[in-house]
Amino acid sequence: MTDEKLAVLRRGPADYEVAAAGASSDTAQFAETDGGWLRRIQTFLNEYPTTVPLLVLLLGVVLFSWISGRTFLHPYNLSLILQQVTIIGTVGMAQTLIILTAGIDLSVGVVMILTTVVAGRAAVSFGLPAEFIFAIGLSVGLGCGLLNGLLVAVFRLPPFIVTLGTFAMIGAMVLYVSGSQTISGRELAETTPSLLLTGTSFRIGGAQLTVGSILLLVLAAVLWFVLARTAFGRHVHAVGDAPDAARLSGINVRNTLLAVYVVAGAICAFAGWLMIGRVGAVSPTSGALANLDSITAVVIGGTSLFGGRGSVLGTLIGALIVGVFRNGLALSGADILWQEFAVGLLVILAVLLDQWIRKVSQ
Amino acid sequence: MSTPVLKARNLVKKFGRVTAIDHADFDLMPGEILAVVGDNGAGKSTMISALSGAVQPSAGQVWLEGKPVQFASPLEARDAGIETVYQGLALSPALSISDNLFLGRERRKGGIWGRLSRDLDRKAMDAEARKQLTALGLTTVQNISQRVETLSGGQRQGIAVARACAFSSKVVILDEPTAALGVKESRRVLDLILAVRARGLPIVLISHNMPHVFEIADRIHIHRLGRRLCVLPTSETTMPDVVAMMTGAMAPPVVHKIPEGEPVQ
Repeated sequence: MTDEKLAVLRRGPADYEVAAAGASSDTAQFAETDGGWLRRIQTFLNEYPTTVPLLVLLLGVVLFSWISGRTFLHPYNLSLILQQVTIIGTVGMAQTLIILTAGIDLSVGVVMILTTVVAGRAAVSFGLPAEFIFAIGLSVGLGCGLLNGLLVAVFRLPPFIVTLGTFAMIGAMVLYVSGSQTISGRELAETTPSLLLTGTSFRIGGAQLTVGSILLLVLAAVLWFVLARTAFGRHVHAVGDAPDAARLSGINVRNTLLAVYVVAGAICAFAGWLMIGRVGAVSPTSGALANLDSITAVVIGGTSLFGGRGSVLGTLIGALIVGVFRNGLALSGADILWQEFAVGLLVILAVLLDQWIRKVSQ
Repeated sequence: MSTPVLKARNLVKKFGRVTAIDHADFDLMPGEILAVVGDNGAGKSTMISALSGAVQPSAGQVWLEGKPVQFASPLEARDAGIETVYQGLALSPALSISDNLFLGRERRKGGIWGRLSRDLDRKAMDAEARKQLTALGLTTVQNISQRVETLSGGQRQGIAVARACAFSSKVVILDEPTAALGVKESRRVLDLILAVRARGLPIVLISHNMPHVFEIADRIHIHRLGRRLCVLPTSETTMPDVVAMMTGAMAPPVVHKIPEGEPVQ
């Protein structure tokens, strides 16, 4: 090595290093910023996002019992609300799973309807045994979910476009299979009465509950457990929240997404069974708005459309909020257009709130 | 001298017509902080990705503690004991601190219940998370179940580093850990890195911040045009020289001997 080079190496500190010599070398503390009560509310809601839907639900109940009094608060009416939201609540469970992954599913409604018309046709025209009919219905749901899942997870197409496409295709299949004909409850009862089982109602006190509405509550409990307490549930949240972080943490993003769409398809098939019971027939037109209504329930329930945060319990509450406002407004004699208006307003408010809650980071 | 913990020879990686790594070598010695510096586009990140399994080199060989290894995914590298904190994408903001620490390697409850229901052992994970944070002096984070997005940038980086340390048995790779942080928070993270070294873990620090590099690194690996230009002990060089070598304005001053006696150049 030349002396010149050594000299370069051993040259003293540069000017800017000298200037920095007197700099403070204190170790910084992580300051606990206290932004006042508004900030504290924001942080609290960030941690417990289901609080708001719960408060809105209570507010709705208080409001309408004040306006309509006994009629609204009667157990029969309350159980009626639960029955009314059974289908949307169930489809909303499937939608919640999808939206947690930052996706959206416009096909949930028609998938549900397709399972009902296929199962109904299998029962009435072919007279297959009940086990086969349930297996076929479930396969239809799984198949549709798999189709959506493959296109989203493997071909990496945007979920909105994928399900817009499958919505139209599956909708056409509904018309093809059903021939636009309704299958009456009498025909179903003669061939496969178990399809109508979910509509069976029983009374507890003044309330009239159906098997279907109980099954919705069971489904919500199971999904809550899976999402909140299992590794798969954590992965679903992570994939929707930060796909790159999830991938780098060793999560198989593709398989997680695929599983979510397939499970959502299965839940739609389940919703189909509940709907046959609720309607008491198989109709290609009932539940036609379930796709949009399910998104409404999910959003009002506090699940973020940007993925990663939300819960199925929120969606259940969201569906109940819609039910309470519709029922309450109807009882108070308001024109039906105000029901639509109120639901729309709630959606906007819910999204505004979500936007604010997500801005909690410092 | 001891054998390098992580060693690579003749790594090559091409993306189409671009050669991101051009016969690069790499050596990380036990217990050291090795800074990897280089101009933008010098191929530092790609080389690090090749070492951490995120990218598969088209040629060359990597050794971990003297044994040849080949990682098909970051997961394999992680299982082998190499933990990487990727710049900006380390954590899932909507998940809690504890969830993030255990993301991808959650612990299930034992017994029949745990096997059937796949119920997570949240208590054990929370306790372990708290232990890890305390061990690294991140005691200002009190609530282990608060979402990561409610934390400051430095605290988040701290969580990411804590996660890497908690699970790493051999090497911790940090990609620009102070890039997005203010002066005070950077300080805190640098202290954290020193605390990790004090535990005996060797650290690869990729950074553009020369003062930070000179403050904590033991040796500096200068990367230029897809390959290693030289490795210099921090005490034997200066910031202007390193910058000059990085940009090609100055030739590397010395040929350092590496353990096997191969010249580094």
